[in-house]
Amino acid sequence: MTDKNTATRNSVWASLGLFVVFLAGWEWGPGLLDIPPYIIPTASSVYFEFIRAVGSEQLFYHSWITFAETAIGFILGTILGMVIGYILGISARAEFILSPYILALQIAPKVAFAPLFVLWFGYTIYPKILVAVLIVFFPIMVNVLGAIRTVDQDLINLARTFSASRWQIFRMIEFRDALPPLFSGLRIASTLAVIGVVVGEMVGGNLGLGFLLVFGEGAGNTALVFVTIIMLTVVGILAYGSVVLLEKKVLHYIPKKDYAPV
Amino acid sequence: MANGKDIRIEYRNVAKQFTSNNGVDGAESIIRAVENVDLSIADGEVVSIIGPSGCGKSTLLNMGAGLYLPSSGEVFVDQEKVDAPNQHVGFMLQKDLLLAWRTIQKNVEFGLEIQGIPPNERQERSMDLLEKCRLTGFENHYPHQLSGGMRQRAALARTLAVDPKVLLLDEPFSALDAQTKMILQQDLAETLSTEKKTALFITHDLVESVALSDRVFVMSARPGTIIEEIDVNLPDRANPMARRQDSQKQIGEYVAQLMRLLHVGETAAEIEI
Ligand SMILES: Nc1ncnc2c1ncn2[C@@H]1O[C@H](COP(=O)(O)OP(=O)(O)OP(=O)(O)O)[C@@H](O)[C@H]1O
Ligand SMILES: [Mg+2]
Repeated sequence: MTDKNTATRNSVWASLGLFVVFLAGWEWGPGLLDIPPYIIPTASSVYFEFIRAVGSEQLFYHSWITFAETAIGFILGTILGMVIGYILGISARAEFILSPYILALQIAPKVAFAPLFVLWFGYTIYPKILVAVLIVFFPIMVNVLGAIRTVDQDLINLARTFSASRWQIFRMIEFRDALPPLFSGLRIASTLAVIGVVVGEMVGGNLGLGFLLVFGEGAGNTALVFVTIIMLTVVGILAYGSVVLLEKKVLHYIPKKDYAPV
Repeated sequence: MANGKDIRIEYRNVAKQFTSNNGVDGAESIIRAVENVDLSIADGEVVSIIGPSGCGKSTLLNMGAGLYLPSSGEVFVDQEKVDAPNQHVGFMLQKDLLLAWRTIQKNVEFGLEIQGIPPNERQERSMDLLEKCRLTGFENHYPHQLSGGMRQRAALARTLAVDPKVLLLDEPFSALDAQTKMILQQDLAETLSTEKKTALFITHDLVESVALSDRVFVMSARPGTIIEEIDVNLPDRANPMARRQDSQKQIGEYVAQLMRLLHVGETAAEIEI
């Protein structure tokens, strides 16, 4: 027990140490290697750019927009993916009819739809949300569909011997049994949602971190691009972290060793 | 043996065929799983079925539970023709089929919940059964926290919770170690006798079939049909431990007879050649 604790503590220190080394390398490495600041700005200049962007570029406001679009797109995409996944899982006929279209859509790179959506909805938040919905939809639907298909037939027969209705079988067995694969889909989807939103923002409009990226690039402000990438990572971590927290709450009954590594 | 109004389960000239696709070429073939099965079980009887693997024992049980319909012939439970799953029968398999997301108590209440029994009554019954199945103190545990034997006891409690008249048991103990198995056999035999349940019990364990039942049916290889019916004329059906101890010699004779009927020795000899 104590052995394990010391081992964990040592790992934490090693991790922190590595971070310090990384920061130092970032600060002084470019200078030593003669890399100009418009290629790799130093750690401190990125920090000062961050302070400036918070004040005069509305950095937090843009981050908030990106986060909100991600969250809305993620939630809508998840609901849509679950509903379609469950319907296709339950009805072999519906799957047979729809699967060629779904397969085609799944192969098409979803971010390529961004310009189209901007044409349709203009420089609003809707095209960004729509790209996120589209990109989130597939991993959710595929995981739910697969889970419904592989529910242990004996479990369903057990419920049937108690004279369960179709709806009870869905609610008490199929829905619950599909939750662990649904959550692996949610983990993937949470990071994909950020990608969808950012591409949407890069294509059109003057809001969000995607816009800041393009703006920083146009102004030759490499430090701003770095700051934006870091903020995007933070948004991604928030999205992914919320999924992991929710998963811990909902799937609390699963023994710890079965958790996929974070 | 079984006659008149007291018959709980009856198979009348039952046959079941499956069509199966032969993999790649998609050619369909017909599997004759069981044929010409006639059997009836009286109220309160415990009857075992033994037979070679794949001879259709589970198929018979599934038809009794109404999960499949026979291809021909009829199955009756409580004089009623079985044409869908119904509440007269309880079903228990080798797999405990406990739901991982429910506590043991909620698992025991699973059938009651499906049948719309109100929560306070559900709780009363599940607590009572958990005590009978010696699981008191584990009601709030999740299935993965229990041993195999305890899980199977919880599955038995879940089966008994809906108070079925007839229990259909498909190798319920075959995944357990020898000691746990004997303890659960004892629990089951006592419960069946005090609750006056009727049971149809599938097993591959010849001693188990003799120790637990009033009668043993022997099935042939596929297409499975009943080739022999043996009355077990031994005391203590409700106490298999006592039966094993006091009637060791007779149990041995019954088992030898079953082995002859199943050609157990011969198959072994064939394999050696
Ligand atoms: N749903 C099904 N579809 C096609 N074939 C089936 C189906 N269920 C059973 N069978 C076939 O019917 C035959 C009897 O199967 P069954 O499961 O009843 O055997 P069993 O006597 O219970 O065997 P075991 O002792 O190994 O459990 C087998 O050949 C099996 O392949
Ligand atoms: Mg079987």
